[in-house]
Amino acid sequence: MHELTGILDKNGLIFAFLLVGFIMYLSYFISKRLTNHTIPGAAIAISVGLIIAYFGGEKGVASVPAFSGMAILGGSMMRDFSIVGTAMGASFSEIKKTGLVGLLCLVLGTVLAFFVGGTIGFLMGYTDAKSFATIGGGACTFIVGPITGGAVGASSEVIAISIAIGVIKSILVTISTPFVAKRMGIDNPQTAMIFGGIVGSTSGVSAGLAATDIRLVPYGALTATFHTAMGCLLCPSLLYFLVEYWLR
Amino acid sequence: MKIYGVAILAGCSLVGHILGDRLGAIFNLKGNLGGVGFAMLLLILLNDYCKKNQLLKPETESGILFWSSMYIPVVVAMSATQNVKAALSGGWAALLVGIFATLACYLLVPVVAKIAKK
Repeated sequence: MHELTGILDKNGLIFAFLLVGFIMYLSYFISKRLTNHTIPGAAIAISVGLIIAYFGGEKGVASVPAFSGMAILGGSMMRDFSIVGTAMGASFSEIKKTGLVGLLCLVLGTVLAFFVGGTIGFLMGYTDAKSFATIGGGACTFIVGPITGGAVGASSEVIAISIAIGVIKSILVTISTPFVAKRMGIDNPQTAMIFGGIVGSTSGVSAGLAATDIRLVPYGALTATFHTAMGCLLCPSLLYFLVEYWLR
Repeated sequence: MKIYGVAILAGCSLVGHILGDRLGAIFNLKGNLGGVGFAMLLLILLNDYCKKNQLLKPETESGILFWSSMYIPVVVAMSATQNVKAALSGGWAALLVGIFATLACYLLVPVVAKIAKK
């Protein structure tokens, strides 16, 4: 037993390939046999991932040494690399069609999430401008929250909450997208881009779209990454100054 | 060779990251502003150009497509390494803000989609 864990520790990434392959196989099997494809296999696989993460620690299942390779396979380097790869399936003419509306989505989505998030935080007792802005940033994505918090000098407790908000949003988007996609009309590149631009959570949007229709991933992911950029740009500056002015 | 495709993908990724970092530095932020987005745009434009001039060999392309098809497995690994416990123990504030922010965004999507169609 001890020998086996030693080998797994040393071959973390290889073990992660095996493990994820197993999860994928199991999930697609369940999707086909038990739900007759109504719940996409990818959605089940992602949910399985989240469930086993719950039993881990700070780094999810990767907190257990034998599973440390999962943090490499699922780390930001691999994620960004494979997400850029999905761009091979995107056509530039489709992106041009959305053009200006896409840009509008980035601004609208950021401002909406910022104020909805900040206001609820305000009602729950986080009434200073710094906390408002950080919680509002977290409502954009879990990257915008801590960047905003760091820039305006919010407390570490509020920054932790803002990360939690972003992660919850990303989990919610991941799980719910396949079920709400039809109702929102997400079946073509244009609406996928609008969806990505407004919702923003890159991991949530692209995982959700992957579970809905893999061909839509590059379009949603493209605008979603710029949403995070827009959030990092607006939340600690213009939006923070506005809130500070109002709350004074 | 497949490695050519992987190398092209790596090149686009790195250039995108550099652009994102530079943009972040301009606005005095530690983070990377849209690096992945720039990388994707770069690859899309390159792919468009290569298709028009028939420069991309199927073998090269398959090197990129392999990594693109690894996306879902990578996301599964990513979700397995999230701090789910902390997200759930972030308290009611985190849960409520997360839910309402997501809902608000969802409601806005069909509205904008309708405007875009006109």
